[in-house]
Amino acid sequence: MNEIAFQAKQINLKEKVFKKTLTLSAITVVVILLAIFFTLLINSMPSIKALGGKFFYDKTWDPVADEYGALPFLVGTLLTSFLALIISTPFSIAVAIFLGEYYKKGVVAEIFKNVIDLLAGIPSVIYGFWGLFVLVPIVRTIELKLNLPPYGVGIFTSSVILAIMILPFSVSLSRQVISMVPSHLKEAAYSLGATRFEVITKIIIPYTKSGLFAGLLLALGRALGETMAVTMLIGNTHQIPTGIFSPGNTMASVIANEFSEATGKIYTSSLIEMGLFLFVVVTIINILGKQVIKRFTL
Amino acid sequence: MQIEKQIAHRNKKNKIFKGVIIAGTVISTLPLLLILFYIFRQGITAINWQFFTNLPKPVGETGGGVSNAIVGSILILLVSCVIAIPVGIIIGIYLSEVAKSRLAYYCRLAVDVLQGIPSIVIGIIIYEWIVRPMGGFSAFSGSVALALMMLPSIIKSTEETLKLLPESLKEASLALGVPYYKTILKIIVPSGLSGIMTGVILSIARVIGETAPLLFTAFGNPFMSTDIFRPMSSLPLIIFNYATSPYSDWHQLAWGASMLLILMILILNIITKIVQRKWKVQF
Amino acid sequence: MESAILKATNFNAFFGKNHILKNISLEVEKNTVWAIMGPSGCGKTTFIRCVNRMHELTQGATVEGSLKLNGEEIYDMNPVLLRRKVGMVFQRPNPFPTMSIYDNVIAGYILNGIKLSKNEKDEIVENSLKRAALWMEVRSTLHKKGTFLSGGQQQRLCIARALSMNPEILLLDEATSALDPISTAKIEELIHELKSDYTILMVTHNMQQAARVSDKTAFFYLGELIESGETKMIFTNPKHEKTQNYITGHFG
Repeated sequence: MNEIAFQAKQINLKEKVFKKTLTLSAITVVVILLAIFFTLLINSMPSIKALGGKFFYDKTWDPVADEYGALPFLVGTLLTSFLALIISTPFSIAVAIFLGEYYKKGVVAEIFKNVIDLLAGIPSVIYGFWGLFVLVPIVRTIELKLNLPPYGVGIFTSSVILAIMILPFSVSLSRQVISMVPSHLKEAAYSLGATRFEVITKIIIPYTKSGLFAGLLLALGRALGETMAVTMLIGNTHQIPTGIFSPGNTMASVIANEFSEATGKIYTSSLIEMGLFLFVVVTIINILGKQVIKRFTL
Repeated sequence: MQIEKQIAHRNKKNKIFKGVIIAGTVISTLPLLLILFYIFRQGITAINWQFFTNLPKPVGETGGGVSNAIVGSILILLVSCVIAIPVGIIIGIYLSEVAKSRLAYYCRLAVDVLQGIPSIVIGIIIYEWIVRPMGGFSAFSGSVALALMMLPSIIKSTEETLKLLPESLKEASLALGVPYYKTILKIIVPSGLSGIMTGVILSIARVIGETAPLLFTAFGNPFMSTDIFRPMSSLPLIIFNYATSPYSDWHQLAWGASMLLILMILILNIITKIVQRKWKVQF
Repeated sequence: MESAILKATNFNAFFGKNHILKNISLEVEKNTVWAIMGPSGCGKTTFIRCVNRMHELTQGATVEGSLKLNGEEIYDMNPVLLRRKVGMVFQRPNPFPTMSIYDNVIAGYILNGIKLSKNEKDEIVENSLKRAALWMEVRSTLHKKGTFLSGGQQQRLCIARALSMNPEILLLDEATSALDPISTAKIEELIHELKSDYTILMVTHNMQQAARVSDKTAFFYLGELIESGETKMIFTNPKHEKTQNYITGHFG
């Protein structure tokens, strides 16, 4: 009897430990996330206290003169991201329709699916590298033709590379929602004599509107946080960009360039405040996007 | 006649549309081909014995290599795996087993948020959490940063895989008098191994090319080092540094390193497909 | 005085607030085959899942009353150790997909870390597979994965797996519902032979099966044990109207 009681105790103990470990690990994730947020917040405090709202509308960023206005970078971030979105959306929808409607299965589908996946797998730094040596000369030629200073780098170049980089993300979600349109809806339209074009534009797209929108949101989230390729192609100036072809900077690229050499409390803190800003905005966009998806799949 | 004209018009629009879609898709795939082609063309000339065995040489001297970066990438990744894989799998087990509790909801939410955090922000965080207290840059801090980035995909694929396993599997084991913890560790997890491994390999492929989180953690090192508590070089870091430098020797090395990196990512993806096919457990 | 291997006295089971089993009292004697019958939702599966305490794996599942195995309160025992004494075969065959046929048979030992010598293992495997009438078909492919067998063979493998632990009671939860008629017949034959060494409770939808195979039958309806006794009696001369209606196909 003693043997059995001992065994029973051992089993109970191991079960308890196991279950507690599982629960603890889940708590750890939540704790880590909260810790990330609070670390950003606390370390941004010096800058928040010293600069307040000025941080967002001051257009001069001059660490030497101890002035930290992030407006140029805010503009740069928004410009590049939205421009990238505008450039990539027609293509991402085209690919989504291609893979979700025309070529759902088969060799062609597999090839293109794999190509899009590979696009997503190329590291950001390699995109930047390629952009430096291939895109920049092209853009320079364009700028010369347009009688603009031939920087080569700038908002436009980085938006183009960004557009290529975020394509796979909006494609993957959009393709899914397009392929999940119930076939009875499509068949009803076909039986009324509609052409495929009409079914796509009048049935499928409206039906998948929110899913497509969510895809764009998630792509936007990626674009906002993208660092390396943009850093290498945007020109890295502290001025507000005056046009699409002027150089600029994004919040992410400023952090990448200046964080390790930042001295002084306010300098470092304002860089971290940019990090906080990015964190909050990207998180909100991601959560919104996921909510839209949830509502769509219900 | 009117109707026939209309129909012909609609059919024409239909055909044009399909053409537009195909054209758009093909154009979208062009960048990939251009990039791969360019990198392989430039990179192949840089690959030689010295590339793999030598350390970077000062500007002007020939025969530099990226041996320290290769070793660095592998070491940093190894430590990340040691941290992220067990933790990720355990959390994935929790989420698939305790699907409905409040903690599970917040945990999933946290994982989703974590997945979306810009990699540069992760770099800032690890700098504050580890680099500053440690008093300096280190490969270890870089590994922690990469581990944080690997977690969400390992957690998600573990959860998805385990969720797909039939409930009867668990019941068969429990009915034999096997305790719950052993059932999970010896029956459930092994049965889901192919899916879990796929998630792990994919997460490695994702972080192997990450630069931003290493900028102020592992920082980079011009010399060979295997000390994880010191700064360490890594392939993405030297690609960044050399590509943005004005020296064409260094550009060459960066092309070679880019090609190497892309090859590694391709191989990892192929391994994933093999794992999925060979290790898939039949029911 | 307790010749009953299993004794339920005023036993109740709940899923949260739902009262699934109502005051069940039943005595099962050693080496008998009991058929547990009734229409869907009558609680028959819940009843046998209480015997090996699988019932409580569902959140909010509770029990009241007495359920004894060989005189010992089941609900006072350690559930894991209890389950090693009670074997269960499920409706869908569920051999472990990562293990060979050989390992599947002795899975109970392997997973519980019980050390056996190679000879002991071989013996247990051979005996269990013989008792499950599967030995001849798999003796040369013991190293292959269990999932490559047909449905009927997989189910006999599951029976062998349960038998290898030498359980005091064998619970069959609609074990032949998912099988073809030939496999079903084979397993019914098996049950006949196993009776001399084991006590068997089988939940079944199939009245003909119950009539063919069991010594005693218990008829459940809406959570109550309406009638129990010799199978012959139940089928030819049921005492209760509900039993009569079920047997003649008026419901269920």
